[in-house]
Amino acid sequence: MKLTGAQILIKMIKFEGVDTIFGYPGGATIDIHDELARHPDLRHILVRHEQGAVHAADAYSRAHDSVGVALVTSGPGATNTVTGIASAHTDSIPMVVFTGQVPTALIGNDAFQEVDIVGITRPCTKHNYLVKDPNKLAATIREAFHIARSGRPGPVLVDLPKDIIQAEIEFEMPEETALRSYKPNYNPNKKQLAKAVAMLKEAKRPVIFAGGGVILSRASDALTRIAKMADIPVTGSLMGLGAFPGSHPLWLGMLGMHGTFRANMSIGNSDLIIAAGVRFDDRVTGNVKKFAPHAQIVQIDIDPTSIHKNIPVHCPIVGDCKAALEGILDLMEKEDPETLKIDRAPWLDQIDQWKQTTPLKYEQGPKIIKPQYVVEKLYEITKGEAIITTEVGQNQMWAAQFYHFDKPNHFITSGGLGVMGFGLPAAIGAKAACPDKLVVDVAGDGSIQMNIQELMTAIESRLDVKIVILNNRYLGMVRQWQEFFYDKAYASTNMENAPDFVLLAQAYGAKGFRCDDPAKVEETLKLGLETPGTVIMDFRVEREESVYPMVPAGGAITEMLLV
Amino acid sequence: METNRYLLSILVDDEPGVLSRIAGLFSGRGFNIDSLSVATTADPHVSRITMVTNCDAQVIEQIKKQLHKLINVITVTDLTEKKYVERQLALIKVHAKPEKRAEILRIVDIFRCKIVDVGHSHYIIEMSGNSEKHAAFVSLLKPMGIVEIAATGSIALARENGK
Repeated sequence: MKLTGAQILIKMIKFEGVDTIFGYPGGATIDIHDELARHPDLRHILVRHEQGAVHAADAYSRAHDSVGVALVTSGPGATNTVTGIASAHTDSIPMVVFTGQVPTALIGNDAFQEVDIVGITRPCTKHNYLVKDPNKLAATIREAFHIARSGRPGPVLVDLPKDIIQAEIEFEMPEETALRSYKPNYNPNKKQLAKAVAMLKEAKRPVIFAGGGVILSRASDALTRIAKMADIPVTGSLMGLGAFPGSHPLWLGMLGMHGTFRANMSIGNSDLIIAAGVRFDDRVTGNVKKFAPHAQIVQIDIDPTSIHKNIPVHCPIVGDCKAALEGILDLMEKEDPETLKIDRAPWLDQIDQWKQTTPLKYEQGPKIIKPQYVVEKLYEITKGEAIITTEVGQNQMWAAQFYHFDKPNHFITSGGLGVMGFGLPAAIGAKAACPDKLVVDVAGDGSIQMNIQELMTAIESRLDVKIVILNNRYLGMVRQWQEFFYDKAYASTNMENAPDFVLLAQAYGAKGFRCDDPAKVEETLKLGLETPGTVIMDFRVEREESVYPMVPAGGAITEMLLV
Repeated sequence: METNRYLLSILVDDEPGVLSRIAGLFSGRGFNIDSLSVATTADPHVSRITMVTNCDAQVIEQIKKQLHKLINVITVTDLTEKKYVERQLALIKVHAKPEKRAEILRIVDIFRCKIVDVGHSHYIIEMSGNSEKHAAFVSLLKPMGIVEIAATGSIALARENGK
């Protein structure tokens, strides 16, 4: 059967089980879009900027628990994807990005809309390819998906020259990918698992530290059962929120720079940390020399480079989080349950005391809305069941602190790279993956402007998303640092010159509501969430509210600035 | 922390861009490359990269893991942990005034090198050996007046059974 490169591409994308792609056409990919129009079973969502396509594919992957796909043209289309790819790379999100390229004969000649995107994205992809032979196109695509979703997942870019897309060749379904140089190790070493359980039996003050790897490997159930069986309190990284039920009494809240007092104190005083699917990022550890000084550390990760990178580890376990946690659970089930939690009561009492004395707090007065109050009300009204995406900065931290996630894949944020402008396209991607779910972007007034054009995508594709802007007319997180560390010199952070977000929503064909009265926050949220279609809710909040607790950069995580 | 010299032997898929991935990894993560040499192996689809780096024990562990993480890297062997044979090849052009020729020939003989080109005022000497031999040889020739040197990075193989 003879097929064109474009037909092969679409056939292979469908073969990988993908039903939705996010894209933007151009000269180099015109043939692919021409072919796509004949495939109504492969939904193409037309974004308004290529960065939006990649963030949407990222969120689609997380909400749908599958591989996200973006398709863009050569040159600027390709370079516009770089931020989104880098974000997915840091957060280990499985994704395949297809970029158009000038015809192979022109590569290297500085042709119109030519850029060496394989060279540009080499450090921020898990792997990438330039396809030079149409006969290798199908196998390359299959390999790309295999690499994206296996091992520690990540984005893979496939660069497609126009003549490869236009070539007509005899198609044969490629065999399953088998690479001699890439064989991720899923199965943990049994001796290490036994060692971890032995360490747990010795521990008096254990803590589980869950990260994005728990969610990616679908290990939440195993992790939750371990915690409950041995009464081990659980904290999480930003990427790990939802890995353990946020409403469970053993949940400590998030760890790190803006972690809860009890989470940071628990880690600081623990004698055993079971870290699963985390990479001990600097926002979590604070000063590494002062991190968890009394703790033995068990670290589970499929990526050996994550182990011993920032923090010395006493019991490394290389393997799939789910396989490792289930292995640990099996061994625990053979023990007398009481031996797994000897002397646990004093530890849990201590943690409870930290919770009572120093909870997350703010005071909502009668006049000015507190941003935390908006998120807390959003949590109550949505019963914690919405998919929440965020932008980056204070909005992201308040969402992480005050919305409690009971299930994985419900908090979608640009964790490692911290991309402003992530939340709106991510909300669109999540809605495409889960049309029956309520999807809310918790945004700041600064970051929402970074990809505001995607409002049109939401409207056009009828992907109804709700945008809650915590509008303080500042780049709030930077302003907060300026307040604490730069004598309140608010250089370049004033955002008073901003569009009228209500009118802006209307201009795009969305609905807009504004609220500046604490008494009307609940009413506005209900109205916004119940109004059909895409809605912006513009909450005028306290301008100089800060995120607490805060660990100043370079400090130990137990040395927090408190309200 | 104490730094040491490490010699890594890396087998990679012989594909375009592989060297760039490795070089990019080192520059992006702030690792040093002291020398690097690349050539195909008996298997035409596989190349061997021999790399010398100076770093501490924690960094070499990261380097090895990060290299292994690259999709096109098949194996990473730390030869420093084994018995191995190491060679560099150098071409050294020295001033060879008549009154110095005998002395140069003696040194060349002692080091089992070869004169591969003779001119009116210079020799080109071919030398192969490990990095210490290279350094010793160059330091002895220096007083004669070295015009220029072209040298390869180290290449190395583990001895039988790698012990």
